[in-house]
Amino acid sequence: MSSETIDAGAGAVVLSARRISKSFNGVQVLFSVNFDLRAGEIHALMGENGAGKSTLVKILSGFEQPTSGEIILDGNPVKLPPNGAAEALGIVIIHQEFNLAEHLTVTESLFLGREVTRFGMLDRKHMRAETRRVLDLLGSHVDENAMISSLSIADKQMVEIAKAISRDARVVFMDEPTAVLSREETNYLFKQVRKLRDQGTSFVFVSHKLDEVMELTDRVTVLRDGQWIKTSPTAILDGESIAQLMVGRELSKLFPAKTEPDVDEEIMLSVNSLSTGYVRDASFEVRKGEILGFSGMIGSGRTELMEAVAGLRSRASGEVVIKGETVPSGDVHAANRCGLAYMTKDRKSKGLLLNSRMTANLTLQSLENHGKLGYLNPASEAAALERARRRFDIRVRDGNVVAGRMSGGNQQKLLLAKVMETEPDIIIIDEPTRGIDVGTKQQIYHFISALARDGRAIIVVSSEMPEVIGLCTRIAVMREGRIVGMLEGDEISEQEIMRYAAGLKKKAVA
Amino acid sequence: MSVNEDTREVRRRNWRDVDLRAVAPFAALVLLLILGAIVNPNFIGINNLANVATRSAFIAIIAIGATFVISSGDLDLSVGAMVAFVASLMILFMNSGVIADPALMLTAAVAFTLVGGAACGLVNGLITTVGRIEPFIATLGTMGIYRGLTTWLSQGGAITLRDPQLQELYRPAYFGSILGLPVPIAVILAVTCVAAFILYRTRYGRHVVAVGSNSDVARYSGIPVNRVRTIAFVIQGLCVAIAVLLYVPRLGSTSATTGILWELQAITAVVVGGTALKGGAGRVWGTICGAFILELVGNIMLLSNFISEYLIGAIQGAIIIIAMLVQRSLVRKS
Repeated sequence: MSSETIDAGAGAVVLSARRISKSFNGVQVLFSVNFDLRAGEIHALMGENGAGKSTLVKILSGFEQPTSGEIILDGNPVKLPPNGAAEALGIVIIHQEFNLAEHLTVTESLFLGREVTRFGMLDRKHMRAETRRVLDLLGSHVDENAMISSLSIADKQMVEIAKAISRDARVVFMDEPTAVLSREETNYLFKQVRKLRDQGTSFVFVSHKLDEVMELTDRVTVLRDGQWIKTSPTAILDGESIAQLMVGRELSKLFPAKTEPDVDEEIMLSVNSLSTGYVRDASFEVRKGEILGFSGMIGSGRTELMEAVAGLRSRASGEVVIKGETVPSGDVHAANRCGLAYMTKDRKSKGLLLNSRMTANLTLQSLENHGKLGYLNPASEAAALERARRRFDIRVRDGNVVAGRMSGGNQQKLLLAKVMETEPDIIIIDEPTRGIDVGTKQQIYHFISALARDGRAIIVVSSEMPEVIGLCTRIAVMREGRIVGMLEGDEISEQEIMRYAAGLKKKAVA
Repeated sequence: MSVNEDTREVRRRNWRDVDLRAVAPFAALVLLLILGAIVNPNFIGINNLANVATRSAFIAIIAIGATFVISSGDLDLSVGAMVAFVASLMILFMNSGVIADPALMLTAAVAFTLVGGAACGLVNGLITTVGRIEPFIATLGTMGIYRGLTTWLSQGGAITLRDPQLQELYRPAYFGSILGLPVPIAVILAVTCVAAFILYRTRYGRHVVAVGSNSDVARYSGIPVNRVRTIAFVIQGLCVAIAVLLYVPRLGSTSATTGILWELQAITAVVVGGTALKGGAGRVWGTICGAFILELVGNIMLLSNFISEYLIGAIQGAIIIIAMLVQRSLVRKS
């Protein structure tokens, strides 16, 4: 079925894929996929991790060549040049991990590799003016002379987009652009994207966030297991139906039922007036069996607070009491010994050794359980991996695969398994489901819930409001380094959290 | 595709992924042996090969230490100067005559040397970790310091072991053999076995690799990153001391020019052996193979008449560059 029959949309087709297949080392990841992108549309590409979205994006931007099938640009079959050279044809990809050199200025980044010269000298004035023009076009207030390293993540994203526009991009691929953005920043980004769309630029938007897809995009294409499933105007779909298309089965409830802990359950962790450079006077408690949520904008100090609690960062003042024992500042070991574990939100650069196999990753934090006097027992480690794979449903074809080659969902499960190997009683989970698909999200929510029912105390830090609302019985909201609200029971709602997070409401926290 | 084909496919892929980098140095070694045999029939004789292995002992043992430092993501440029410095200290200690009994004196000197080497390594480690100075700069500095101290101790000349009784007693440590195996070769094997055990079978070894491949991940996993790095430098110092223990009985003398460019050879051996220079993967047996290759190249040049042996340094410099190129192309392929 061709998608063109469904929708009587606007512009002509700019870029399309005809029966694209792709295999890596004999493993087929795309099966005869069709995809087309019209001028001036925002087209969502959706699917679970491993569905083949990234591969399709790479093929359509020239970073990979298809095994079979053809790519059609402006009605003519083309072979896209590799390694980003397709930019010359107006096809630009904005990567999940930014490609900006931190020590360049905004202007230098924009003109990197195609600097304007005058009499053999750099024409800085001209380049600055041009950068300003493009940023103004986007309505961005970023200073063209600012260093990239000084910019917020949202602004870096904006610079990436400015870079794309300054190269006369007609087709822009955005891979999970909002994963690291706050709601406010996302709205801002969407506004700019719509503006550019109305001027005729086409966008392919890869995201796991259903609500954003509903809000922003004109059409949706869903892939599943490397197959094209459906292309349809966004307006006639709802979030539920897209999710169903992605997983191919009814999503039973995304979140498990909440169980409220007893009021007189033992207090596992108590933080009193903790301050760091940024975090001020934070106090909270977590009971046995409780899931406490931490919400707030990006940069509100949640991660910094949790790292200080876990001993990964030293604190300026305040105390952390774990199961009645006061833990010294900046001492990861003491916190671990008392039974507290912190699971980082940054699995790729702080959580897993991407070049190591699953076993080495799994046991890295708990090697003392696998042998005496520093000697390691491989059999014991192998048994641990077998257990973890079953317990957390880590699905890989080859047990010797290095972590970097696993899908995001499996990486996240491995990271959770790694943290659980230390047998903690208090677990701080920072962004439990960043960049993973709906099916895996659901699994992770159930793991978290089961751990709490087992009598562990859990803190979930998340920027996705439905997540904290769906999982937690109490939610702390942070703003500018302070805990500004603590919501319980009926108070818990997106609007209420937003009011605290945006500073519209504030209350003294006991 | 049938099931059978499928499994074969998977197995072949694994083989290619995992083993190529580990196998490459040994393949190079075999090639060199064949080349050597063609150049000169005497080359392949057991005597010549044993001689080559014996002479590779210093670099091999130092390179074992370097494998730890490099695997943990650091670099030690001071090892050559450290050999000269520690050897000077050892000979001066034995010349001081504080202990009359030769056997006792020798035992004390060995202990003194090991402690001295470990201390030099500790200094390097603390400057890089506590002082937070790039290991390249830190050890470039201590390289100058150790070399300068040696020149000062020897007053620009040589330091020679004076007591003939001690000389006689100590001589077998380099020239002797255990069960027909020359002592230096036995020491290489022993050091390598211990090192391989530490790197592959202990918690500390796992920590070294974790720190080298991503120190943030290591820190977030509760690994004491600075301690792991410092201990790697101390291991390097101990290896230098062991090399000195073999070096001193060979000539019974040391000078300001002892061990010049040994850091280049040690790092070359490590890289040729397949250890990634950016850290995160250590190959102890590969390192030994690398050290052996370096010595073999010199030996072949000596036995053949095509290339002047004065070009040995240039050839060794070329080898490290070629090894890096090969390593990178192998990484790309997998």
